[in-house]
Amino acid sequence: MPGLKPFTERLGDLSLFSGQFAWQVFKRPFEGRELIRQMDEIGTKSLVLVLVTGCAIGVVLSMQSRGTLARFGAEAVLPSMLALAVVKEIGPVITSLVLAGRLGAGIAAELGSMRVTEQIDALEVAALNPFRHLVVTRVLACIVMFPLLTVACNLVALGGGYLEALLSSELDYRLFVDQAFASLRLSDLIFSTAKTGVFGFIVAITGCNFGFKVRGGTREVGQAAMQAVVVSSLLVLVANVVLVRISLMLFG
Amino acid sequence: MTNPDPQDVVVINNLHKAFGRRRILRGINLRVRCGESVAIMGGSGTGKSVLLKHIVGLIEPDLGAIQVLGQRIDELSSLDLDAVRLRIGYLFQGGALFDSMTVADNMDFVLRRHTDLRKAERTDRIMEALDWVSLQATANQYPAQLSGGQKKRVALARAIILEPEILLCDEPTTGLDPVSVRTVSNLLVRLQRRNMSVITITHDLLCAEIAADRAVFLHEGKVLAQGTLSDMRTHPHPMLKEFFH
Repeated sequence: MPGLKPFTERLGDLSLFSGQFAWQVFKRPFEGRELIRQMDEIGTKSLVLVLVTGCAIGVVLSMQSRGTLARFGAEAVLPSMLALAVVKEIGPVITSLVLAGRLGAGIAAELGSMRVTEQIDALEVAALNPFRHLVVTRVLACIVMFPLLTVACNLVALGGGYLEALLSSELDYRLFVDQAFASLRLSDLIFSTAKTGVFGFIVAITGCNFGFKVRGGTREVGQAAMQAVVVSSLLVLVANVVLVRISLMLFG
Repeated sequence: MTNPDPQDVVVINNLHKAFGRRRILRGINLRVRCGESVAIMGGSGTGKSVLLKHIVGLIEPDLGAIQVLGQRIDELSSLDLDAVRLRIGYLFQGGALFDSMTVADNMDFVLRRHTDLRKAERTDRIMEALDWVSLQATANQYPAQLSGGQKKRVALARAIILEPEILLCDEPTTGLDPVSVRTVSNLLVRLQRRNMSVITITHDLLCAEIAADRAVFLHEGKVLAQGTLSDMRTHPHPMLKEFFH
């Protein structure tokens, strides 16, 4: 089948690249300074995007659901429905997809440009391990920051949902919070947030892989950025299916 | 491999390299002695940069042997290769300065990792290197804020920050105005006076004239001629005649 071979080759390469990450992540010296810089870059520069996304999700979900729930006389379950939908699925997945767009492309383009302008070669020539400095730090930063950004997105989404509900039906915030959190189990909260660490790994390792392997010029850098977004988004969606299945097996 | 002279810092024997079906190097032989400055010249696509990258182990040869500072670079483990790399400075064609760091951080990054110097000592070393290329004022600027000539000089300062024994320069004067060409070429001469061996890829006759003791001319992946620039100018081969006139 045309296109299948390059795709499987790419996946194989991505697997080897992930294996290299697993090998390098425990090696010294640790790039602590660069790791903190990357966490700051990812956190601060993505926060506004994530917050706006979260707010929009909460408001729209609340607007769309209330009418349907009202038809069945179930308007009172809106907070529970919002909390379950946002915290268990929509928050983690949408945050990860939005970040896949921003960070997947950004990482691939940055590393691709570094490859084209010989900055990666310069690291190697200076006896500095480019993989550890560029890849390990970015992947670890994404593994840490994705869950934190997801928590921020969830909170803002619930806040947005509450505001919309308040404007429409003057819902008391204590009632909203009580109902919202009563429906959530701790395992739901922990698992759905922790799985975004896996999504962070997928987005970062894909972006790094596509950027690191760029050969040629600016055209190839652009292609790498675009492909990184497509592949990492697809992998996040597939991983989500697998992780949801695992969570259902573990926690019911 | 022929017996290396202890004075040889780089010995390349019968080096072959192909990328796919394209044969780039077809049996290169080259010797560079300690403290010597050699210009590698030739038309575009003759494998000059590929040759330089072999010397520092960025590319592995298909066939042949590369000995640098007494060690077979193509047979070293990555740890041993890093130890040799610390004795080599590399000036990349575009400078290859790290965009996300200031000029001073570009150099501090290397010093911090490979020396036990304290912060104040590292700063002194950085300012000394920048002073040497007359660019102390740029210490806190980012590479994007520098001109092409400034980038090359900063990259040169970074390449020699660990005081290497060999300096490899990939087209250090390409794209520069004649004044900057003289400045960079004179810096290379000053490095050679410190007993550093300098291998420079250049198309620039002015740079070769100022900085090189000897020139090696590559053509179709082979050494076509080597000798002084005067030898090259009087060489009967049409390719050399065209290049030098």
